[in-house]
Amino acid sequence: MYAQMVKTDAARVRSLDEMDPVERAFQERIDAGQKIEPKEWMPEGYRKTLVRQISQHAHSEIVGQLPEGNWITRAPTLERKAILLAKVQDEAGHGLYLYCAAETLGISRDEMYAQLHSGKAKYSSIFNYPTLTWADIGAIGWLVDGAAIMNQVPLQRCSYGPYARAMVRICKEESFHQRQGYDVLMKMVKGTPAQKAMVQDALNRWWWPSLMMFGPSDDASVHSAQSMAWKIKQNSNDELRQKFVDQTVPQAKYLGLTVPDPDLKWNEEKGGYDFGEPDWEEFFNVIAGNGPCNAERLNARKKAWDDGAWFRDGLTAHAEKVADRRASAKIAAE
Amino acid sequence: MMSSEWPLWEVFIRGQHGLNHRHVGSLHAPDAEMAINNARDVYTRRNEGVSIWVVKSSEITASAPSEKGPLFDPSNSKVYRHPTFFDIPDEVGHM
Ligand SMILES: [Fe+2]
Ligand SMILES: [Fe+2]
Repeated sequence: MYAQMVKTDAARVRSLDEMDPVERAFQERIDAGQKIEPKEWMPEGYRKTLVRQISQHAHSEIVGQLPEGNWITRAPTLERKAILLAKVQDEAGHGLYLYCAAETLGISRDEMYAQLHSGKAKYSSIFNYPTLTWADIGAIGWLVDGAAIMNQVPLQRCSYGPYARAMVRICKEESFHQRQGYDVLMKMVKGTPAQKAMVQDALNRWWWPSLMMFGPSDDASVHSAQSMAWKIKQNSNDELRQKFVDQTVPQAKYLGLTVPDPDLKWNEEKGGYDFGEPDWEEFFNVIAGNGPCNAERLNARKKAWDDGAWFRDGLTAHAEKVADRRASAKIAAE
Repeated sequence: MMSSEWPLWEVFIRGQHGLNHRHVGSLHAPDAEMAINNARDVYTRRNEGVSIWVVKSSEITASAPSEKGPLFDPSNSKVYRHPTFFDIPDEVGHM
């Protein structure tokens, strides 16, 4: 997902009886559905896991602007350009809500940026694929934002208050993202055969990376079990992937597209689709930094940060000058 | 010059309908003026407000979570503060 394979430091999930009274009281509050707020006591593992997950989520929103930003100056109409700008601006906002939520756990914004820029912190695998045609912009809104919604809707009920509240804001804005993407594709499939082929090509390239967003099966993962016990995570990766496939396949059919999976078949008994296994070797490669665009994305992000330094410094200098001026005006008046 | 981290500001927004300003989140900015500008972009992209307040986070004094009992428990025993505490006969009419 936007946060993939988040580690918890847990060797196994402990029962209430094995916890000391403070931790037990904490776990019982979570079990009772209460929210944990910034300054309250929390296990160090809970805090660290949240920092990893929320910062990774934030980095994904920020880096996620790059593949789409690639098409802002080349959008086919002025209206599409304005829509794409608004969408990408929303993603910047999502990143900011999430960085603020992570900061309540005692990590600074600069530390998080440093972790992203040094490659220490991860962001979602999906943003390391290239956007080759305008149809890719439609496919990203439809599939990538669609997959993100699947993951983010249950996160609104996360046990950590600031993260849950950030998710509420984000979810309100996501549906526009998915619909504008689908709208791009609806228009294109009604166009020339070349335009329709472009849409099919985009689906062919984005389908499997989108399924990989949910991460490999985590039914046997102690980290997932621990995250679920802490209510940082609500559903297994396979559950969410199944939901995504069931929702998306009919939408592909509506567009007259073929989902690039020979194993895709409706399973009457389970009331959902059977589908093939993503190429997990490719996934681990991308996560490890060897995807088609990893280097390009990180360099673009670092360049934006470095090129903006003079502007940030200018704002700081201006703020200091105004504060000084105000202070000396006050002294003069006294 | 080395960039230094900007202070954190808490953002409060008044919605359209004559409501109180409500806390919506926080952001970093070098000064109050930029904090307002940034808050406009981050928190009111869809007409969510007609007025913005920003306050430096460091200026806020909060009650401690451990003080929750001593602070709030005293009101638990004062049920007569709620109108439903009093039984008024139906004949009296709306009250
Ligand atoms: Fe987003
Ligand atoms: Fe989005």
